[in-house]
Amino acid sequence: MNAHQLAGAAARLKVNIEEKSFRTSNGGTIEVLRDLNFEVGENEFACVLGPSGCGKTTMLRILLGLDKAYRGSVQLPGKAQARMGAVFQEPLLLPWRTVEQNVRLAMPSPLREANLDELFASLGLAKMRAFYPSELSLGLARRAAIARALAIEPDILLLDEPFVSLDASTAQQLRHLLLGVWSQRPTTALMVTHNIEEAIMLSDRIVVLSDRPAHVIGTFDIRLPRNYRNAQVKADLMRSFREKFAGMENKP
Amino acid sequence: MGLASARSDRMQRANAPADRRRLTSPIMVALSFVVLLALWHFAATTWPSRSFPGPFLVLQTFLRETASGDLPYHLAMTLWRVAASFTLAMVIGSVIGVILGSYQRADQFFNPWVILFLNIPALVVIVLAYIWFGLNEVAAIGAVAVNKIPNVVVTMREGARALDPRYAEMASVYRFGPLDRLRHLLLPQLQPYIAAASRSGIALIWKIVLVVELLGRSNGVGFEINLFFQLFDVAAILAYALAFVAVMLFIELVVVQPLERSSTRWRRRAA
Repeated sequence: MNAHQLAGAAARLKVNIEEKSFRTSNGGTIEVLRDLNFEVGENEFACVLGPSGCGKTTMLRILLGLDKAYRGSVQLPGKAQARMGAVFQEPLLLPWRTVEQNVRLAMPSPLREANLDELFASLGLAKMRAFYPSELSLGLARRAAIARALAIEPDILLLDEPFVSLDASTAQQLRHLLLGVWSQRPTTALMVTHNIEEAIMLSDRIVVLSDRPAHVIGTFDIRLPRNYRNAQVKADLMRSFREKFAGMENKP
Repeated sequence: MGLASARSDRMQRANAPADRRRLTSPIMVALSFVVLLALWHFAATTWPSRSFPGPFLVLQTFLRETASGDLPYHLAMTLWRVAASFTLAMVIGSVIGVILGSYQRADQFFNPWVILFLNIPALVVIVLAYIWFGLNEVAAIGAVAVNKIPNVVVTMREGARALDPRYAEMASVYRFGPLDRLRHLLLPQLQPYIAAASRSGIALIWKIVLVVELLGRSNGVGFEINLFFQLFDVAAILAYALAFVAVMLFIELVVVQPLERSSTRWRRRAA
């Protein structure tokens, strides 16, 4: 399905950020990232976990090409220009376009006329295609944002806490929906979160970041397929995760 | 279900006064015009004078001028000048305004120019345009546009400052092309500012067009008014002026307002 599917090293995501700092309004500088190095393999779903305000979103903005003032290098999977499917913290749908128009606008021109019935159906948006974003609940708007990210057949999926400020059951339902559509067509995915349960449920690999300036404390690989991760297994995984990263609690 | 129906009840109740207002407003408008006409008629018959004709005489003049084809011709000339200078002013003013609103450096440098042009009297621009470029159509339309451009720049500059950078970031991640950015990002966000600029624009421009025609053209409503001024024919002056006001009102009601409604439909259906 993916037009530029690549094998081996080229399909990996490689992050080597040496240094990233911000200038504050009173003239000082805040160092946000330092020696942040990790990789995500082809079609692997990775979660970046770290305390609030440690620079996760900054790192994601660098990967998205929205922030170029940093030292280091980032290699995205795919050819020269990786197609990025992004889900931001807010849905960021254009309020003056319908759900379907929002999705189609993001698609590259060869895909524009593609049939989206299946995608909308699997995300439960089949009846919402002609709705404007202001007519959707936050949960539905998030689904539309996920639909937009997946409709472009991305080389890499980048998600920035896509389930925050939703009630627990809606968030859980959305996680299942995301997993469902992602596993139909797996791509390299990187999700930023500060929720350990979420990371354990979704990812093949968890990259744990330190407090600011953020660097990788360690990684936690989960090789067990997701459909075997029942409540008991997840509790076990959680315990071993806590043992490995003692002191790092599930802080909001 | 219960919640939804309760909400729709509440929405209907909330809409009711608005519906009533919309229903009564044409009647109110008609009534108010009738009263104005009656007052005019009463005043004209009480103090009869050649320089203060009643509404019937103006109507007669209007019909006569329309039948002879003079009024439609001059009206059309003025309308085309209004349309040309309006389009010119909106396009040039919007481009400059968006640039100034997006680049602080450019704004700091050009802001004094904008203030300067805002404060040059319309008459000076018109006279200079005629002296420099001759008594021709290009000078006339250009002069009107130059008068309006600074206003458009100021409004659109505010619009560009209010653009949401997050949409631009989303567009850059999803690699929107320049045309898509213009159509789906920039114009919808600027729409309220474009509407404001064009509203005040049409009203200002048609008045300046009359002055331009009075000073240096040999047709158009402004030229005719100048002619009738020399003949002291007040009925004809009023007939031309009112005919033009009527056309502009028609454009406002039939073109501008429906256009605005359709471009803001996404706001109205908010849940």
